[in-house]
Amino acid sequence: MSGPVVIVGGGPAGLTAARELGRRGVRDVVVLERELEAGGIPRHAGHQGFGLRDLRRPLSGPAYAKALRRFARDAGAELLTETMVTGWSPDGPLELTSPAGRSTLDPEAVILAGGCRERPRSARLVPGSRPSGVMTTATLQQLVYLKGARLGGRALIVGAEHVSFSAIMTLAHGGARAVGMTTELPRHQSLAAFRAGAAFRYRTPLWTRTAVSAILGRRRVETVELTDLDDGSTRAVACETVVFTADWIPDNELALMGGLAMDPGTRGPAVDAALRTSRPGVFGAGNVLHGAETADVAALSGWHAAQSVVHFLGRGEWPAAPVRVECRAPLEWVSPNTIAPGAGEPPRGRFAVRAREFLTRPRIEIAQDARTLWSGHLLRLVPGRSGRLPHDWTAAVDSEGGPVSVFVRSARG
Amino acid sequence: MQRGSDSDVLIVGGGVVGCAIARELCCFDLRVTLLEAGADIGAGTSKANTALLHTGFDAKPGTLEAQLVVRGYRLLGDYADRVGIPVERTGALLVAWDEQQLAEFPEIVERSRANGYGAIAELSVEELYRREPELGPGAVGALEVPDEGLICPFTTPLAFATEVVLAGCELQRGTAVEGIERVPGGGFRVLTGRGEWRTRFLVNAAGLRSDEIDRMLGYARFTVTPRRGELIVFDKLSRSLVSHIVLAVPTKVTKGVLIAPTVFGNVMLGPTAEDVERKDDTSSTALGLAYLRSEGRRIMPALLEHEVTAVYVGLRAATEHVDYQVSIHADEGYACVGGIRSTGLSASMAIAEHVRSELGEAGLELSPRAEPLPELRMPNIGERSERPYQRGDLIDRDPEYGRIVCFCERVTRGEIRDALAAPVPAVDLDGLRRRTRAHMGRCQGFFCGAELAALLGAAGERGAPHEPAGAAAGAGG
Repeated sequence: MSGPVVIVGGGPAGLTAARELGRRGVRDVVVLERELEAGGIPRHAGHQGFGLRDLRRPLSGPAYAKALRRFARDAGAELLTETMVTGWSPDGPLELTSPAGRSTLDPEAVILAGGCRERPRSARLVPGSRPSGVMTTATLQQLVYLKGARLGGRALIVGAEHVSFSAIMTLAHGGARAVGMTTELPRHQSLAAFRAGAAFRYRTPLWTRTAVSAILGRRRVETVELTDLDDGSTRAVACETVVFTADWIPDNELALMGGLAMDPGTRGPAVDAALRTSRPGVFGAGNVLHGAETADVAALSGWHAAQSVVHFLGRGEWPAAPVRVECRAPLEWVSPNTIAPGAGEPPRGRFAVRAREFLTRPRIEIAQDARTLWSGHLLRLVPGRSGRLPHDWTAAVDSEGGPVSVFVRSARG
Repeated sequence: MQRGSDSDVLIVGGGVVGCAIARELCCFDLRVTLLEAGADIGAGTSKANTALLHTGFDAKPGTLEAQLVVRGYRLLGDYADRVGIPVERTGALLVAWDEQQLAEFPEIVERSRANGYGAIAELSVEELYRREPELGPGAVGALEVPDEGLICPFTTPLAFATEVVLAGCELQRGTAVEGIERVPGGGFRVLTGRGEWRTRFLVNAAGLRSDEIDRMLGYARFTVTPRRGELIVFDKLSRSLVSHIVLAVPTKVTKGVLIAPTVFGNVMLGPTAEDVERKDDTSSTALGLAYLRSEGRRIMPALLEHEVTAVYVGLRAATEHVDYQVSIHADEGYACVGGIRSTGLSASMAIAEHVRSELGEAGLELSPRAEPLPELRMPNIGERSERPYQRGDLIDRDPEYGRIVCFCERVTRGEIRDALAAPVPAVDLDGLRRRTRAHMGRCQGFFCGAELAALLGAAGERGAPHEPAGAAAGAGG
């Protein structure tokens, strides 16, 4: 079997791309989903607030996932579940494994929409013993919302981003109490309303400038040792569960297998404003391109990739040597991160930028070969949340020139 | 109190050494019992080590260890090929980083030759960097040991234990020995929290606790001081950085920090070597991990750019003696097999052969089994051979081998089903990990953690895996 478009990953980005391709008259759109059911992370995110920017209505995660599945199927896309891409050489077809057997697909266009994952404890090098009860938010959500598990007891949440606050609610649903939330940063990275909810409704304290320095326990977690990063003092917190939240990384194995050029900042495939990767016919969409944006933003990225695919199927053009966009610390990444002629506007008409630190009124400069392309202030940058840079400067990029550099001229901490 | 069956030989300790001895004896017409204190076999020192198949080139000549590692290398290599234990014969490069280390080379070569291994050879610095281009700057010389290899530390004891069970011998997990009494007229009563066993011959292969078992019989020959080794396992995406096992020049205390591929397609950095007090202190430490990272940055800077998949900690059963502590008391039928350090995996089958032969001389009757053991083929979890998800023929016959549950390591529902119903079934997530690679990968359960917990839970409710209780009841005397 071989259709003109294969979408790898049936989360918000992939399903939205499938729907849009169908709407635009593209036949033979196949979505490959390795889970039992398409829908991605929202399948097991029991809280509200999905679908605001794309569907213009608030939904729970599972309801949002269900709606996206229906839209994609209604638009004519084929959703193949329990189907995983298990091989892809830089010049070969997609190799698939599913209960139906082994097969290959060599479509005209591929959209990579495999999403991202949270770094687990081991990747964060948190020492101590290896008891059970240590998990990421996604595992917690699946245990509670998909498997109906009752956790009970006390939990510590590591991280203070949007998803970290959602973990308080998930824990409550699973009968566990969040006894604290830690971040190594000087303040939380989410919304004031979420912080207030955590403090007053769930009585969960936020411990800033605090590192998890050890996890201890024989079979189950017994205590967690916390270190105050300012004075070096340590203390023990008794709990049975530790949830490592956020610290997202694109699930980028497939992109690397397929020989795609990667962006060192995002750790996902490098893409231009049309979401074209370095490999002709291969696009990227959603959170496989960078650490997590919310599901609706990923969906809009999928919509954008679909427009680019339609354009490509008609003409077959592919940029030869795009100009790279690099960012300097304390900036972490910029996306899209290559500039190519004819790419048009980026998704949602913006370049997303992330910083590793809190920056107030940062003055950002975009330059190529010592020539300033754009300069201006952002209100603020919060680690783990994207700032918005304009895109009109891309017209002034010299396609024969050196890399474009994005950096902070000045800021208050 | 329930009582287990009467045995001809009872082995205390289901690590790789105890399992190998039990398997060796099962080839004869003997009633053999293997007792393991932990929830699973191979779950102590045997599971967290550097997983190298050593030639024995660097052992101290003339020691029992040297003799058994050299022989064990061949025995285990052949056995691995026969039953499907993942092995990769990558060869090793022993790298000197200063003149002092370089000056050790003649002695290392001489020692290797004394151990009967002559293929060791010096490489030029240019050739070293041609073979390992990602090596950090500053190497001044290297020795090549072309026959050093990697072996799966999980499948090895599991294959041995599987043969023990298939031979109709008795394996009891979750059974810690609390006391041993001599029976007047010969033999031993072995007391455990789950009843007592009687045996004519007794083998102490209790690893970290081998000194305690030895003392239960009134001996005081050695003390095990657990030596902690921390290991960092890097993402499979780093595998192309390194082709060989990159060894350090050994010191009196340790073989040093090495970088090596694993049979699962990762790259490993470690181990540390630190004496600790408690025999269950398998905690990683901030200091240890920082030390490994600084060593890694020096040896292979590009490796440190990769994501860390896992951190493992093992305790080696080091003693105050240089050599293995193996002694046979022919008069009472007791074999002490203690102080087996990091070479125990490579030497395991030769240790077993040695112990069997000594027990034979001590009067254990060794007549061949009426029927030979059935041919064993272990499920392949190595990266270099085909795994079920890659086999269209297998999936066509049984679609469960096409249902991938663990995405990072491509473990299928069929393999998990098999591991939960195997002759030595998995009883917990760690056991499932060692048998299938599930949960071993970069996401550490982000995608599959809840599903694996559910599959284990369902198996537990069916009563399938909780082998200790069920099998013990059946074996009661």
